[in-house]
Order: sequence, then structure tokens, then C-alpha cells
Amino acid sequence: MNQNEINKAPDHQKVIQIAGLNKWFGSFHVLRDLSLSVEQGEKIVICGPSGSGKSTLIRCINFLEEHQEGQIVVDGIELTGDLKNIDAVRREVGMVFQSFNLFPHLSVLENCTLAPIWVRKTPQAEAEELAMQYLKRVKIPEQAAKYPGQLSGGQQQRVAIARSLCMQPKIMLFDEPTSALDPEMIKEVLDVMIDLAESGMTMLVVTHEMGFAAQVADQVIFMDDGQIIEQNTPKEFFEKPRSERTKLFLSQILSN
Amino acid sequence: MMTVTPSHTANHHNKPRPPPTASTGIIGWLRKNLFSSLSNTILTLVAIYVLSLAIPAIVDWTFLSSQVSGETRFACKVDGACWAWVDQRFGQFLFGFYPEGERWRVVVAFILLFPALIPWLADGVPGQRYLRWFSVIYPVIATILLAGGMGLQEVPTHKFGGFMLNLIVGLSGIVLSLPIGILLALGRQSKLPLIRWLSVGFIEAVRGVPLITLLFVSNILLPIFLPPDVTLDSVVRVIIMVTAFASAYMAEVIRGGLQAIPSGQHEAALAMGLNYWKSMRLIVLPQALRISIPGIVNTFIGLFKDTTLVIVIGLFDILGIANAMVSNPDWLGLSTETYVFVAVFFFAVCFSMSRYSIWLERRLGTKRQ
Repeated sequence: MNQNEINKAPDHQKVIQIAGLNKWFGSFHVLRDLSLSVEQGEKIVICGPSGSGKSTLIRCINFLEEHQEGQIVVDGIELTGDLKNIDAVRREVGMVFQSFNLFPHLSVLENCTLAPIWVRKTPQAEAEELAMQYLKRVKIPEQAAKYPGQLSGGQQQRVAIARSLCMQPKIMLFDEPTSALDPEMIKEVLDVMIDLAESGMTMLVVTHEMGFAAQVADQVIFMDDGQIIEQNTPKEFFEKPRSERTKLFLSQILSN
Repeated sequence: MMTVTPSHTANHHNKPRPPPTASTGIIGWLRKNLFSSLSNTILTLVAIYVLSLAIPAIVDWTFLSSQVSGETRFACKVDGACWAWVDQRFGQFLFGFYPEGERWRVVVAFILLFPALIPWLADGVPGQRYLRWFSVIYPVIATILLAGGMGLQEVPTHKFGGFMLNLIVGLSGIVLSLPIGILLALGRQSKLPLIRWLSVGFIEAVRGVPLITLLFVSNILLPIFLPPDVTLDSVVRVIIMVTAFASAYMAEVIRGGLQAIPSGQHEAALAMGLNYWKSMRLIVLPQALRISIPGIVNTFIGLFKDTTLVIVIGLFDILGIANAMVSNPDWLGLSTETYVFVAVFFFAVCFSMSRYSIWLERRLGTKRQ
């Protein structure tokens, strides 16, 4: 079942199609025969113990990690070693990192306008206007002239989200966006993500914030040992987990 | 047990007071920096004593008891320095054997250097964009002015000498070694094995050999390998070798800076759709170069002083001219005066570079915090 040829004709329903995905780090088999398809506007939360391959999976979707076997088709473009395809996919896929990865030598506004100006060739004034619009959306427009080092962690992560949105992506990937934050800052970031989810963005979120999963996810995926162990609606996932491993994981994470 | 006493909380609402007078101003500074402890006080007093002996003696030797006129050293009848040779030899120290009637060309090239350099050293220079275009054609203008052509009398480069030669070799080396060093540092981290091996091979081969050896090689071996009708000018050869040498060091300095930048920076840039070169140019290198500034300037200063090694292939830079003068019977024995004079030139240039780097670090640093 893993090597089903994916129909590469642009399918507006399925924006991400992954089939038979395998990846190794050295001799470590990190992703095993993984298949997944994501529809436009779908919100998917991926959870699982550390080392289960969930970050690697979403990093494969914008080719920050190169897969060795299988097919990944994003918005009708297949990810191979072809740089043109990689660039095309990256223009449509935004990513938010655990450690924010804002550019410390650029102001908040410059962080946001950089990619539109250099990748989309947007005129500077237009890029700045767009950036201010998204900074307002993450409720931080007054910090535009500051440098990332002057902001709190929660503010930095909100800027990182705005920075990604400035490329007007069709899909947003979140790699443990709240894991590096102090507890009191988690909510301000989740609120922004919930707002984004409600606007209809397609989102893949690696997180252990089960409250967020219950509130916005269409599907929750539980990964372990590089495989998808369970995939279900949040209601089913939390109330009637099918596998023992999922039950164990949920009991550990919810007891905290 | 921690208890918050009422006085503690009350303090919170006290109005700010000026600091005690003894901790600010001249007296505060003296206390803090010179007399903060018994051992510091002793060191301060010893230092004052040593300076009180040294400074008057230096001033006396250099200025008060010195003599500035005379035809030969035998005209100098004083205990202090004999500067009489400066008047005769100043031109040679600056220009070497460059024909006297043509020396204005060197002066013009030197003056034009400033509008060519300044737009790269600072931001907000009026007409910066046009001046940068001028910088691009400056090497051509300078070459024509110095070596001749386009109606100017040709001056063979073996007549170049003195401090002018140090500046030509040093500045060319500095301007060329930075970009080459950046490329080598990036090449050393490349995913493509061929590029990585070539970069590592070049860096290790060049860095593992003394510069003097490279200069000898350039003089003796290069002509053997080159076809007989191709001759490389000796100054050009020196510039190539000095640049190669400094580039290898520069590459390692910049590699250190590159490794200090978290991989997330490059990943974030890639994830936003920037390609490798844009990510390097806009995100990684600005940060890596900033933290490499001390090492880069260190390499520049080393390179500039290494220009004195051109003497081994028969070119007379300012130190070569000084050596020649010291062994001239008319001025025999004036080595202290001569070398102090030469040292002042090197110190002026190297100290300027050092101050500039501190200024640059501070300016780039204030933007971040």
C-alpha cells in the first residue's frame, strides 16, 4: 500500500500527499513507510514521544530534511532534489520553529519584509504595509522597530508567525511552537494560532498542547518509532484511543 | 525562611537619589580605577614613578636634545636623536625609487583612495552609491596613475618602494583576501565534496607554509611553470601571494564566525524561500562577520606588517629603505632613529585599523540590544 503513485495533477482538495515515506539518519530508521494526506484548510496536530520522528516529518514537507524513499507532493509539486520544485514549495509553505529563529541583526519589520522583498520581489513599501498588517494580526504592531533581542519569548514567537504569514503561504507548519516558552507566554502564542486556524489556514502542528488539539484540530496524529500509530478526530482520539501506546502517552502527558 | 520586612517594601517606593559624591566624577574614577585596593594603589604609584622617569627621557631624546639639520651624521653634535637624514631621505621612505618628477601621481592615487574606501567603511556618506561605483573603477585609475599608460610615463614596478609599496601590497591584500576568505570558509562547509576538498586543500597548504617561502616560490618557481611569454610583474606576484596567504587565515577566522551562528538561522531563511546564496548574504554572513571582526582585523594587521617581507625578493619597502640607509656610511649608526621613524608609519596604520574595528563593533552591536 505504500507505493501508491500519487496523482500529481493539482488537486485543490489534497494539498499535501505523502506516500511510502522512508528516511534514515545514518543507520537510524527515523520515518518508516509513512503515508498521510492533508486537505485544504485541514488542521492536523501531531504528537508523540521525543525521537518519534514528528519534527522530521514536517521538516520533510518543506525539504529541510531530505527523504530517501517515497513521495511527497505539496500543492501539486513533487519534492525531489530539483531545486526549482523545492523553492516553489517553500514559497507556499510557512514554518514556525521551536526556537523562533528570528534574525537578530534585523528589526522586527525587516524580519517580516525580507522574504517578500527578496523572494517575491514585492516593492518595499508594499512589503512593509503587508508586514504591519500581519504584525497587527499577531497583536504586536507597536514592536515593529525593535530588534528580536528586545522582545519576550512569546512576542518573538508571534513575530515569527507574522514573518511566515508575510509570504502568504497556503500551508503553515509549526514545530513545537510553544515548547521553548515560559508558561505564562504559551497562551498568547496559542491564541494567535487559534485565530489563524479559524481563518481557514491549512496547519500541521507538532505540539503537546492537547488543549489546543482538542479545540482546533480536525485530526490528531500520534507517532511513535517513525510510524503513525493512530490518526483520529480529537474527540475519538482523547476519549477512545485505540492503541495501548497512545493510551500510555496520553496518560503521561495529561497527568502533568 | 524568607520574610519581607516592611522596610524592604517601603524602600521600593523611595524616590531615586543621586549616588554618593565619592562614587562619581574625577575622585570617584580615581578611587575605582587606581586606588581600589592596597595592591592597586602600590601598582599605581610604581607606574607613576616609571612613567615619570621614561616620559621626560623620551621627550628629551626625541625633541629637546635632537638635531634636525646637517649633511651627514657627523654634523649631529647632540646627545639626543639625529633627525638630519629625514630631510634628505623622506621622499625615498615614502616613494622608494619612484622618479621624483612623477611622484605627484602617487600622491593623487593616495588622495583618491579616500573617496574609494570611505563609502565601504561607514554608512550615510553623501553620494554613497556613486562613490561605490567610483571604488569599482578605482583600481584601474590607481594602476594607470602608478604604473603609467594613457599618456603617462611608464614606471616599472621595480621602482616602486618605500611606504607606498607597503600600502599598495597591504591594501590590495586586504581588499582581496576578505571576499576570497569568505568563499573559502563557505567552501570548507560545502556539501559538495569537490568544493570542500579544494577549499581545505588550499587553506591547509597555504597556511602550513611561511609567507617568505611563498614569496620565494612566486619569484623563482612561478616563472618556470608559466609559459615563457607570460611574465607576471613582481609586485603583482607579491600581491597574489600575500592575498593567498591572508585568505587562508581569513577563511579560518570566518569559519569560526559561521560556526557560531545557530543552524536555525539558515533553516529559517531556507524555509522562507531564500536560496543558499541569499541566505548567506542576508542572514548568516552579516552575523558571522560581525562576530569575526576582531579576528578579521587581526589578520589585516598581520598582513599589513607582513608586507615588509617583500625585501626577500628584492623589492625595497619602507623597511628595506631603512635597512639600506642604516648601512650607508653617511648615516651609519642611526638605527634607533630610523626604525622608530618606520615604526611610527606602521603604528599609525595598524592602530587606525584597530580603532576602526572597535568603532564598527560598537555600531553594529548597539542595533541588537
